[in-house]
Amino acid sequence: MSFTANCPICDAAIHLAADTIQGELLECPECGTELEVMSTEPIQLQEAPQEEEDWGE
Amino acid sequence: MAEVRVSIVGGSGYTGGELLRLLLFHPRVRLQQVTSERFAGKGVARVHPNLRKVTDLRFVSLDQLQPCDTLFLCLPHGRAMQRLPELLDKAERIIDLSADFRLNDAQRYAAWYGTEHAHPEMLSQFVYGIPELHREAMREARFVSSAGCNATATILGLYPLFKHGMVEMDQTVVEVKGGSSEGGNAPSEATHHPERSNVVRSYRPTLHRHTAEVEQELSIHGPVRVHLSATALGIVRGVLATCHIFLNDDFDEKAIWKVFRETYAEEPFIRIVKEKTGIYRYPEPKLLIGSNYCDIGFEKDPRSRRLVVMSAIDNLMKGAAGQAVQAFNLMHGFAETTALEFPGLHPI
Repeated sequence: MSFTANCPICDAAIHLAADTIQGELLECPECGTELEVMSTEPIQLQEAPQEEEDWGE
Repeated sequence: MAEVRVSIVGGSGYTGGELLRLLLFHPRVRLQQVTSERFAGKGVARVHPNLRKVTDLRFVSLDQLQPCDTLFLCLPHGRAMQRLPELLDKAERIIDLSADFRLNDAQRYAAWYGTEHAHPEMLSQFVYGIPELHREAMREARFVSSAGCNATATILGLYPLFKHGMVEMDQTVVEVKGGSSEGGNAPSEATHHPERSNVVRSYRPTLHRHTAEVEQELSIHGPVRVHLSATALGIVRGVLATCHIFLNDDFDEKAIWKVFRETYAEEPFIRIVKEKTGIYRYPEPKLLIGSNYCDIGFEKDPRSRRLVVMSAIDNLMKGAAGQAVQAFNLMHGFAETTALEFPGLHPI
């Protein structure tokens, strides 16, 4: 059995394995954003924290 | 398996060389002749040295051209329309890579190119050459007119948004940045190495001719006005079109993702490039050198309805020869990606 959730960034459908656990990191296949599984019941995804980079701003 | 007999008219330029590189490895093509008045009698590898030991073909003069199945025309702008009548009997299908048959309106042609069209009656017979917009028409077409390189990058970047009617029709600003091969292989003082090297040269701030075809193709729900500027960079290949559009409603980025996904999900040569980490977060032309991909990215300005769309191609590939071979594959019922699978190089 697997679950489907939507990417909170690009709204793409993401298929998660049945043994997905809270805290797991995964990558959206469409936009490449690294996502964190915040909860499994219900499935809740959130953008994983990223190290900020200085791009001359 | 039957082969298609193909000849190239005007094959000594950069576009002709790129077509040769692709067609010589096309499994369904027999490359019959390549013409050049300047180099008639000489081996094509003399002009296109990357083809040494790849082919023994020699250039021939146009008056030696034999009948074939498909002709690619790589003549300078203005020359293809003059030569067309004598070429119609030479091949069942013609793909023109000049600007001569891109516009479907003779008055608009005269306004943008400063001269009357030699054969306005032929304009409606050519299918505009971007497969992502005109795939079905190409399958039945006898004539295809390949799109301009800057126009291709711009149109592919903006087409989903105009198709879905999400854009203010007269507020689009496009800045295209291109390499020196866009200008062809005829030298001038401006292309002399000490002058051309390392430039960031505003060479057409307004009235770039590709504007006409961009407006033609994006006028899906009514007339569109596009404000296009072109800048020459100190690179050889590549185009990056940075397009600023103003959305006509408060669409969020998910809505933009949705229209790009719906429009391009099945397209073999379109990739949405929009990543939050990594070195290449948005489209980068140098990664596309030699490939037929168009990479498209976007970012919504959180302070306004402005959406910035970035679209990158190799001007000689998706912007010319690659696009033409993609059209050729459609016209002949071949797999659309045939001879176009090269993914580019990294690092480069």
